[in-house]
Amino acid sequence: MIPLRRIWGLMYRHLALYRRSWPRLVDLAYWPVMQMIIWGFTSRFFAVRIGSTPAVTVGVLLGGVLLWETALRSHLGFAVTFMEEVWSRNLGHVFISPLRPWEMLAALMAMAILRTAAGVVPAAVLAGVLYHFNIISVGPVLALFLLNLMAMGWWVALGCTSLILSQGGGAESLVWSMLPGLTPLAAVFYPVAIMPHWLQPIALALPAAHVFEGLRSAVRDGVIAWHHLAWAAGLNVAWMSGAMLLFWWQFQAARRNGALMNIGE
Amino acid sequence: MQYAIQVESLTKRYRETLAVDEISFTVLRGETVGLLGGNGAGKTTTIAMLLGLLVPTAGRIVVLGHDMARDRFAALAEMNFSSPYVALPQKLTVAENLRVYAHLYNVHGVERRIAELADELDLHDFLGRPAGKLSAGQKTRVALAKALINRPALLLLDEPTASLDPDTGDLVRSWLERYRAESGCTVLLASHNMAEVERLCHQVLMMKQGRIVDRGTPDELLARYNRVDMEEVFLDIARDRQAAA
Repeated sequence: MIPLRRIWGLMYRHLALYRRSWPRLVDLAYWPVMQMIIWGFTSRFFAVRIGSTPAVTVGVLLGGVLLWETALRSHLGFAVTFMEEVWSRNLGHVFISPLRPWEMLAALMAMAILRTAAGVVPAAVLAGVLYHFNIISVGPVLALFLLNLMAMGWWVALGCTSLILSQGGGAESLVWSMLPGLTPLAAVFYPVAIMPHWLQPIALALPAAHVFEGLRSAVRDGVIAWHHLAWAAGLNVAWMSGAMLLFWWQFQAARRNGALMNIGE
Repeated sequence: MQYAIQVESLTKRYRETLAVDEISFTVLRGETVGLLGGNGAGKTTTIAMLLGLLVPTAGRIVVLGHDMARDRFAALAEMNFSSPYVALPQKLTVAENLRVYAHLYNVHGVERRIAELADELDLHDFLGRPAGKLSAGQKTRVALAKALINRPALLLLDEPTASLDPDTGDLVRSWLERYRAESGCTVLLASHNMAEVERLCHQVLMMKQGRIVDRGTPDELLARYNRVDMEEVFLDIARDRQAAA
């Protein structure tokens, strides 16, 4: 039986926090909306100056922004939810409750989905209103793109969370920089082929590069690149497995060295 | 099952530091046992191992019949912990905090249980107030309510009346006495308040430098050290003084 009540308990703790903290709510949507405004104007400018088909330029750039924001918001949603426990020094209470570590991860993933929706949906609506770009026009395959990017956000955040468990609050800065730091390799706005040869295998080891190759194929040619989707899914499974092992290892190490008792600094 | 806690040769070593040195003790069901010792004696480390937050270097812990090395989640569901040094989320109201822990402990009838605790601990006036905006006395009562949310069979209390004025401290102690008598709950109490220990505890474990250096009922210890209060017994042990003639 899935222990939904314990998972819901941790989710409720964070939903209650958002309910009485408007700065946190604003923060969820602020940056995705800003990104959408900036890249919307940029894509229009490119379409005019370069003379490419406006719909394709806007689609590739804004689709890239929205999908990459999905990965970034998923990553932040997971990691910040964990850090809220660190900041409030509540991890001790959480870890002495019957909540299993995997149930905590499930709650963090669920919160990441909600936080991502709160950030990306307003940006997607804005893209439709201001730039007449409808992300849903990509088709049903969009769900697979989004799922893969959400999953990538989860495992990168899980890696950061593992480092916070072992290194304490000093590792927090990694949360803000880890996934944004992978942006050049994610091939969000340009194909992997444009990268130096030595860099291409590294980029292709990330699910995001396959998702964005697939997105360009869908928007530009109307073709679903199933092999890229299969690679993205396979890589996510592999990376997620590695991140879970790392988390388990660090969690056990934290129980051995006492880090769970005073994590936060 | 006679024992709430069975600890055998429990040891915790951090590299060169021996925090807990092969201690063994048992706590009978329904007893209140005091865990005493100066700062750095190993009390917090022992409690952390009982709660499964810390893995022992050696030894065995059985809580309520569950081996903590193999079956700690079953034990955790039947126990709870309160300390003024471990905060609850400050932005959440008292009721929200209690709701969170009711769900984490799989408590049925959440709102009914919160209402019961609000009655017992007189929380009604501030159930809707954020935990960060409570006085020290109110925070202590809320921390106790959180610790009782799952009707634990074993309650671990770390200095439950620290930072409370004498009146509030006395109210909390009276309440703990009544609760233990009514519920039959086992309590392991770490405290620096010797009057509290004398009043509440059936047995006392005295720790020093990671070892249990003495044990007994408060009356036995007073007689053994020929003292009239536990404060003097504590000082005799902490300072390696000879028992009074």
